[in-house]
Amino acid sequence: MATAIDSRVQEDVLRTLPGDAVRQMQWRFADRYDLQMLVQAVREVARGPVARLVAGGARQTHEWTPAKNALLEEFDSSGITAAFLDAESGGYLAGPKNLALALIAFELAWVDAGAATASLAGCLALSPIHERGTAEQRAHYMSLCAPASPGEVRKPWRGAFCLTEPLPYAGVDTGMLGGKVSIAEWKDGEEPVLQVEKRGRFITNMGFANFVTAAVDSGDPRIAGSCMVILEDGDPGMFDRGSVTRKLVHQLSSTSDPIFSLCVPASRIVGGYTVKDGRIVPNFNHSDIIEAVFARTRVTVALMTSAKLLSAVEPIIRYQRNRFRGAEQIKAGSVRYEQGLQQREDALHRVVDLWAMGEAGAALGFAAARAFDELDPLEKEKDRLQTEAGVRGARAEAKWLKGVWPAAAESLHRPAAVATANNRDKDVLVRYVLADSVAGVLCPAAKLWNTGTGANAMREALSLMGGYGITEDCPGFLTYKWMDAQLEATYEGPESVQRRNLIVTMTNDLFLAQFGVWMVEMRRIAARRPSTGACIVASAMKLWMWALHHLQNSSDADGTKLYHSARQGVTFRLADALCWLLASRQQILDTMELEEKAAANAGEDLQGTVSFMADLCHVQAARAAGEVGRICAELVYGYNRHPVWDDPEHKGCFLGEELEAWEAYAPGITAYALDVIQADGSHPEKAGPCAQCGENSAFQQLRNRLDLCLTGSQLAKDRAARALATVMIPEAPDYPR
Amino acid sequence: MHIVVCGGIVPDPLQTLEPVATAAGPGLKNELLLPAILDPWAGCALHEAAHLAKQCEGSRVWLVSLGPKAKLQQVMMSLAQKAPFELVALDGPAHGFTDAHETAALLAEAIVSIQGLDRGRLLLFGGWESASRGQGVTLQMVGERLGIADQFQGVDRITLRDDGSFEVMERVEGGRHLVSWCTGPPALLGWATGERAEPRNDPQMGMKNMRTIMPALQKATPVSLAAEGLSYHDVRLPLQQRQTRIVKDMPPAEIALEIFDWIAND
Repeated sequence: MATAIDSRVQEDVLRTLPGDAVRQMQWRFADRYDLQMLVQAVREVARGPVARLVAGGARQTHEWTPAKNALLEEFDSSGITAAFLDAESGGYLAGPKNLALALIAFELAWVDAGAATASLAGCLALSPIHERGTAEQRAHYMSLCAPASPGEVRKPWRGAFCLTEPLPYAGVDTGMLGGKVSIAEWKDGEEPVLQVEKRGRFITNMGFANFVTAAVDSGDPRIAGSCMVILEDGDPGMFDRGSVTRKLVHQLSSTSDPIFSLCVPASRIVGGYTVKDGRIVPNFNHSDIIEAVFARTRVTVALMTSAKLLSAVEPIIRYQRNRFRGAEQIKAGSVRYEQGLQQREDALHRVVDLWAMGEAGAALGFAAARAFDELDPLEKEKDRLQTEAGVRGARAEAKWLKGVWPAAAESLHRPAAVATANNRDKDVLVRYVLADSVAGVLCPAAKLWNTGTGANAMREALSLMGGYGITEDCPGFLTYKWMDAQLEATYEGPESVQRRNLIVTMTNDLFLAQFGVWMVEMRRIAARRPSTGACIVASAMKLWMWALHHLQNSSDADGTKLYHSARQGVTFRLADALCWLLASRQQILDTMELEEKAAANAGEDLQGTVSFMADLCHVQAARAAGEVGRICAELVYGYNRHPVWDDPEHKGCFLGEELEAWEAYAPGITAYALDVIQADGSHPEKAGPCAQCGENSAFQQLRNRLDLCLTGSQLAKDRAARALATVMIPEAPDYPR
Repeated sequence: MHIVVCGGIVPDPLQTLEPVATAAGPGLKNELLLPAILDPWAGCALHEAAHLAKQCEGSRVWLVSLGPKAKLQQVMMSLAQKAPFELVALDGPAHGFTDAHETAALLAEAIVSIQGLDRGRLLLFGGWESASRGQGVTLQMVGERLGIADQFQGVDRITLRDDGSFEVMERVEGGRHLVSWCTGPPALLGWATGERAEPRNDPQMGMKNMRTIMPALQKATPVSLAAEGLSYHDVRLPLQQRQTRIVKDMPPAEIALEIFDWIAND
């Protein structure tokens, strides 16, 4: 038989890069054919027209060109535009759309995140109407935005979301608004006419938007508080799209600084209004609406950066392998020719790190998207029950919901008890408060961690491509992706805003109760699949919980309370640490799901992929544990004052005379004492007597245990590296097509 | 008009295809893990079938495909968005090392068992070539087994006439076409590239198609291709060398000249 036949079949080794079947199982849409088709449709646009635009240099200009504009029609015809819409408005996906939008963002950002932003900004504009709009507003604008049906001659409307304003407000605080709404005319028995004055900054889709949902504050005593209003380009007054923002990233989305001075009917207030004592009271202020909107849309941004990391793996492997090919002195068949840079351990290890982080980010992002898919119908039910119960206002709602917390906490340990013993409504509320507490953490965590650490990781990815990495020709557009990641860490709420959200939601008792359950779950997985590093994550979670509890109940050396919202040196860093844990945990859960589903799927031999993914989990778990251990240790020890030699009570050290006296009772004790002040006042040359853990000895034990849990993690990295050196990759990139 | 398209799946052409020996004979390395697509020639046939069906009211299009069920399902996620069709799935290998006689027999059997198919109105479509191994004989043998005598290969166009007859344009040597006139179905058309561009994905059409495709996949008949008496002495990739140069902004005339020189010197 000829040379080409190789009978050696390697089992249990990663053989190819993960395909669609693997991703469908990991991210839980293996049984969602609608989403699988959506992925294929989006991919065709991303790797075709979008990639061709990028390769053709469309990102070299800030202007919204006809070529860029043509992408919108691609979005329409491929189903991207309609994916957000409900069936009655021209959509084709049933149920909540969070996972669908997350997959769209992921696929588009695999090639170019600007295109993802352009597509999602339309959803963002519609979101206030979708989440809080009146039934009429929803029906009207959603239908207008639906792409034309076959045979129908109509251009779909496109929207922009206008919150951010020029300096000093731009991006500082969503609560601070310069835009004003006042009453232009209010005739008896007629609907009031509003005058809206709003200047925007960094507003996406402004190059072509037909309508804008704008946040404005009251500029008239006859209007109470803030609201969001819908502005149309045909409204009387000025609808100035403004000058193009000179941004360096996401150039496939249209961004400018618009100016609006328009007269609109009061029915354009999102969510409607009531008239009380001669004043217009919007049913929702702008903060209520924004909270509902951003809670969901930030997840998609998080996934954009994770898509970048995962998309970088294949180009880097190809570059590493082909690095020396073509050189005259490197002959075909030689190790350098065949393996290129992959003959070096460091090159492989760094790709493993990058890949592991990408997997963890994607796992966290998609988990957040699914959490909102679970939450959305529960929220609708909750709203119904709330209306029935006559509960109005945010405080009253919080109090009302807190009433089911005990049952919710109990359900974590005895889920069947609540489901059977209580009525259905209570069960809905229990499930709602549990899901809400988790989604409230996962969303900011994903946005913060995926984009922040992802941007740093993208720099590493670029460095692995050598000088090629910073050229326009770099395969996979990695240079652009690196720069784009910085924007993703910033827009829709920068890192500090996410941290502020997290420090509130992560200390929610219901979340912490579930966190405790997750710890146990990680140990169980570790017992079954030790190679995932789940035990490391469990130990790190325990350490984090201890640190949180300790910091919440401790003061610094000056007696100032450590854990409170203004002390961001403590709270923000604990939030950072938590994100590492959540990402690592979710990565492990996804791998376990893959293992289970792959085993049931007899047609695919994915054992090697499962083993590789488990190794990546282990690598990431070790990295997460390192971060958590470091942050917690700095916080637990760092706010104590270091012992000094001239302490009047000589804390933390011995006096020479004391030791001499004790020597009579315990011969040899002097040999063990290191920190000794001699009679002449001399002492060892160092900052002071060594700090003792004292009341924090439990922390020291947990930290020691965590460090020991790292055992085997680098062996996992070595295994993953070996797999990287042999995995089959396509012969050429599959985009631009 | 009843159009049956025979189309298998093949690994994505960008993938590294490496023949290996398996317990069941030759195969492709990591075959089950490689992403797959519908054989490009069969794809052309399907797009032409959908276009033709649109012109004739009451037409139906079936796609008969033999491949691993799990892979077929993945391919359908994209394919189902391209054109309306009903799937007849056979669960078996699709690596290109199967015996064309056996494959043809199975396909013919599957076609015969299609409920509602009027063989008197049948147009049997497929690719005249295949991206898997390209023996180019399977479709003809399916036609023979179904008793279809009017067979056309390398088809680029079919034009229907009002009386039910049609004109077929086939590729022949020297870049020329042979135009034939056929009185009507049944007939077999092995498509070259056709004249239709690949349709854009349409998720809504896909959703509609999937209502029948998923049940068809679930009841896909497992088939074995024993290939008794068939042995391979040598399996290797085609001897080709890719010599890539990246040249920016080269005028088309210069590109054409370079290709001409290359062909002339070959």
